[in-house]
Amino acid sequence: MRSETGQDQFTLRRRPWSERSIDGGFRLLTILLASLVAVVLLGIFLTVFNGAQEAMASFGLSFLVTSGWNPVNNQYGAFTAIYGTLVSSLLALFIAVPLGVGTAIFITENLIPRTWREVIGVMVELLAAIPSVVLGLWAIFVMEPLLRPFLNFLHQSLGWFPLFSTVPKGPGMAPAILILVVMILPIITAISRDALNQVPQELRQGAYGVGSTRWIAIFNVILPAAISSIIGGVMLALGRAMGETMAVTMIIGNSMNFSWSLLAPGNTISAMLANQFGEADGIQVSALLYAALILMLMTFAVNILAQWIVRRFSLSYN
Amino acid sequence: MTSTLNQPSTSGTLPSCLSLENVTISYGSFEAVRDVYMDIPRNRVTAFIGPSGCGKSTVLRALNRMNDLIEGCSLRGRVVFDGQDIYAREVDPVEVRRRIGMVFQKPNPFPKSIYENIAFGARINGFKGDMDELVERSLRKAAIWDETKDKLKESGNALSGGQQQRLCIARAIAVEPEVILMDEPCSALDPISTLKIEEMMHELKKSFTIVIVTHNMQQAVRVSDYTSFFNAEAVEGGSGKVGYLVEFNDTERIFNAPVQQATQDYVTGRFG
Repeated sequence: MRSETGQDQFTLRRRPWSERSIDGGFRLLTILLASLVAVVLLGIFLTVFNGAQEAMASFGLSFLVTSGWNPVNNQYGAFTAIYGTLVSSLLALFIAVPLGVGTAIFITENLIPRTWREVIGVMVELLAAIPSVVLGLWAIFVMEPLLRPFLNFLHQSLGWFPLFSTVPKGPGMAPAILILVVMILPIITAISRDALNQVPQELRQGAYGVGSTRWIAIFNVILPAAISSIIGGVMLALGRAMGETMAVTMIIGNSMNFSWSLLAPGNTISAMLANQFGEADGIQVSALLYAALILMLMTFAVNILAQWIVRRFSLSYN
Repeated sequence: MTSTLNQPSTSGTLPSCLSLENVTISYGSFEAVRDVYMDIPRNRVTAFIGPSGCGKSTVLRALNRMNDLIEGCSLRGRVVFDGQDIYAREVDPVEVRRRIGMVFQKPNPFPKSIYENIAFGARINGFKGDMDELVERSLRKAAIWDETKDKLKESGNALSGGQQQRLCIARAIAVEPEVILMDEPCSALDPISTLKIEEMMHELKKSFTIVIVTHNMQQAVRVSDYTSFFNAEAVEGGSGKVGYLVEFNDTERIFNAPVQQATQDYVTGRFG
């Protein structure tokens, strides 16, 4: 509004008290809700940390590298579970990443008619909707028996290699890894698909316009442009795989005896917690909480790494 | 207006580079443009003008089989390049696009360095010579060497819009195609960048055949030797409009003495 003197003037409308207090109240409410998340996170962390104090004091860092777990004379070392967690989730990732990213490429590039692509996309998403306990049952009753001849063959032909050095007898690391693959595949596929869909159409056309084959366009232009989000998704999947409990507990064998072999029963931190917490008392509870703390730190680290990778490597394409 | 659908080209004196023979392009069951005949002369600039939705971009993209990437798009008729139908079964569309390059409406450099943007196309097409020399030559031809010679390692996205578009032209040149198709290359650019690209086109046509789609009629007058005017008409019983070629001639004649009334109306701004 321009006044006679040529000066800019605004007329400030005096807002009624009620309106201002509603605005202020809403602001406060959102602050409260947002801080609730932080408070809960911090609360969980402090509880676990407190509970773990006793075990940390008596076992120290050697807890991480010793593998005995003996409730009778209260000697605890979590190496078996830590090894199981890392190996099962990393190997699951190793299998699931090519599968998931490959599926994502297949359903975003026009290799087959759109309807088929959509059907496959929906099926992958439905995979995520299967409850973990159902997958666990399926793993015990269907997958593991089917898998065993193949695992036997692995042991017979590659038995000299530590990872295949034991006779497969049922539940073990290998089936647990495969069930983890099934569980993290939807995340990897969905995030990779979104990342590939976000690569601008112009960039695809530019690639084809200089005479790229589809192969070159996908691997030299489209994937590099989407790679940071894909890696972010992969890291999220890794976090999920490390924390996954139910299905893994059902199929991994829950053995605290350390073995390098993937064919032997093993354990993960989350499976161990689920199994032992109910019956534990005294310093065993503390030892379990110490293991839980380690698991939390590992998943935090993976998540932070994921965020860092996304920021660090995100290529800007306009 | 309908009597002129199949009007033959008037550029018969020059060797033609690309010929469209009774080309009809459809998206699914919907015909976008119908019955186009045209002979695009070699080493000249040919402009496609016409109102939105008349199919000029569709025709342009048909010239290097870019429409193959659009699901449901099909072409009837023949597009003959160097005596060969580029839609023939045995023709590899990748090879077509290597020999007939393209510059798009929106600058779309790859998210790589300036140097890599140029080198990429040459490398994937098996270029074995001196890459540094090729990059410099391509950037010089696209009139962007002086602005980029000190930052070849920087990202192509760090350039301004006009520079990006010249980079994309350099990228197209580096593959050493015979034809360069330009789909409204200046529509996202400021007037000064536009002028630079127009000046460059006069140089480029010595080595390349250029086909440009433009909404800007002054631009067609400034850069092109030949102009084709496309229009669209409602289909009987259909919901959409179908495009067709109204008139193809020397640019000067299209703008000063067009044969068709529709062309006259369009170039003098009485369209619609």
